[in-house]
Amino acid sequence: MKFFEAVRLAFHTIRVQKLKSFFTALGVCIGVMFLITVVSIVEGMGKYMENELVGKLIAINSFELRHRPSINVGDVSRATWLEYNRRPRILESDVEPVVAALPPDALWAMYSNSNIQVESSFGKPRSAQVTAFDGQYLEIKKLGVTTGRSFSQVDITTGASVVVIGPDLAKRLFPDLNAVDRQVKIGGRFYTVIGVGESLGSAFGMSFDNYVYAPFRSPVHRLLNPGAHQIDGLIVQVATAEALPDAQEAVRGVMRARHQLRPAQKDNFVLETSDTALEFWNKIKSYLVLAGIALPAIGLVVGAIVIMNIMLVAVAERTHEIGIRKALGAKRRDILLQFMIEASTLSTFGAAMGIALGALGAYAIRTMTPMPTYVAPWSIVVGVLIGAGVGIISGVYPASRASLLDPVTALRQE
Amino acid sequence: MTNHVEEAPMTSTAERRAVLAAANTAPGKDWVIVTRGLCREYDMGGEIVRALRGVDLAIRRNEYVAIMGPSGSGKSTLMNTIGCLDTPNAGEYWLNGQKASEMKDDDLARVRNKEIGFVFQTFNLLPRATALANVELPLVYAGVSSSERHQRAKEALERSLVYAGVSSSERHQRAKEALERVQLDKRMGHRPNELSGGQRQRVAIARALVNRPSILLADEPTGNLDSTTSEEIMRVFEELANQGQTVIMVTHEPDIAAHARRVVVLRDGVIASDDRREAFTAKLGL
Repeated sequence: MKFFEAVRLAFHTIRVQKLKSFFTALGVCIGVMFLITVVSIVEGMGKYMENELVGKLIAINSFELRHRPSINVGDVSRATWLEYNRRPRILESDVEPVVAALPPDALWAMYSNSNIQVESSFGKPRSAQVTAFDGQYLEIKKLGVTTGRSFSQVDITTGASVVVIGPDLAKRLFPDLNAVDRQVKIGGRFYTVIGVGESLGSAFGMSFDNYVYAPFRSPVHRLLNPGAHQIDGLIVQVATAEALPDAQEAVRGVMRARHQLRPAQKDNFVLETSDTALEFWNKIKSYLVLAGIALPAIGLVVGAIVIMNIMLVAVAERTHEIGIRKALGAKRRDILLQFMIEASTLSTFGAAMGIALGALGAYAIRTMTPMPTYVAPWSIVVGVLIGAGVGIISGVYPASRASLLDPVTALRQE
Repeated sequence: MTNHVEEAPMTSTAERRAVLAAANTAPGKDWVIVTRGLCREYDMGGEIVRALRGVDLAIRRNEYVAIMGPSGSGKSTLMNTIGCLDTPNAGEYWLNGQKASEMKDDDLARVRNKEIGFVFQTFNLLPRATALANVELPLVYAGVSSSERHQRAKEALERSLVYAGVSSSERHQRAKEALERVQLDKRMGHRPNELSGGQRQRVAIARALVNRPSILLADEPTGNLDSTTSEEIMRVFEELANQGQTVIMVTHEPDIAAHARRVVVLRDGVIASDDRREAFTAKLGL
């Protein structure tokens, strides 16, 4: 029998068995749709975290010199914590020699930060992330202001009592008012708001817009670090990703010398890149992806059982037909080909519908809820493979068994 | 009709014995079916049923043979084995000089397609396909192109329909009437459940003939039909046999068996008697 004849026979069967065909396609469709939608939510969160969040919180091609990591991946033992606490702090005096070792086009900034209560005469007090910095911190973080102005060189060098605050904090402290040129109180001292910064967005309901930036030498510095001349970190941004390792090595060399470490001793400071933050995120994401696979997997298993059941019943019903066809000279191959085309047509059609509906579902979630979604290409591939695969296997396996029967045995079954 | 019986080639008992005795040798060209010591056993839930216990049968080309016997005598098993629907446990089966008892699955499928035309008691038409599509089915598996298939299926349908209820003398005149009466072209587009039993069996006969098989095998072809329709179907068989088609028919009804020119009676899986029609009818007193 020619391939074309098998296609014709298969399509004829699909046409005359409309209801069975519909449910088979529907089973595959639902399974694939579920997979695509759930994965799109997980992937969308991932993309969002990588592009928006991590990109904003940690600048590209940059690293931070700190005495201990700001983000800890996994469980940190008590011994490690004690070791972190024994480490010497990074000092203001470290900055100059480190900067001298950097390539001339590198940007740098030293900073200290902490969560401190911020008050105003117009709204309720609020805890905010207060950062005092010197250098090109806002340039590295690509943080501009929406109203007012940013810091001038004079503000930085003189340590003026001026701040740039985040939009959420501005709304909270100065409801329905323009925050610029008004005063906030931090640690009993007044600071003038010179500008309101851009929004950093939020993740999982946690706002990143409760921030306060102040010059390093402003009085706020005393609230951030217990010891004088200590800093929390030095952030360095180089022009290209290729220049990053060299810059890190230069900084490492300077710091090891300053801390008088012998070659056998480990670093007692860290050089944290955005990779570290990404690693942290990837760990969270691996759990999310696991959930994102487990959920649609359940959907697919249910879908697969439905498909298999429909197919098994349909083929069992057709054992007699297989007997007739064999009696009239159909080879095993002919029977298999017919059922294979039938099952794969229905399954592929169902999978295609599933992709369309899944993508539509992802779009609906994206527009109607704050959840970001992204339809991952791999989920389409997996959806088609599993959906169509299950359909084909469950359609062809029973047909294959029936085609092995003696025609007379198959004919006896009604 | 009696004059056809004299014309038909009949086998002398001695000739048949000689063919059957030559174990493991291919029979001569005239012999379309030769079985030697054919055995078939079934395992029915632990109980072994011996349906065939050594059947020796030789059938020449152009014979019209009825296989008779009570139920459980093994006649259907013999028919299925001859039709390559079932495989024997022991013994030889030669079909057209080929040893079918040793064939593989795909060869058996080819033989069923090219050499054998089946007519079943329950018609075994595909319920969801039209009459024409049913008749075309063997041609599909024979790899015949779609346009030629159509033509041949129509011809086969005409043959099986035209001969229905028509005696040979007035065939020409009645054929035209019959064609008009059954509105062949219209009927061809009908599904089996829209046809009467007689029409279904004629469609099944057309399907059996469409690939020009060397044997027409009919298993209780009139079992599901009333006596008038049965007579019509028997007349179709008669006509086909007159044209030189080898016909083998299984039945348990003596009056249906009496249409054939040779009657083989099976009992308990072995051949009990093998007579010409005259001898058979004389025995029965018909």
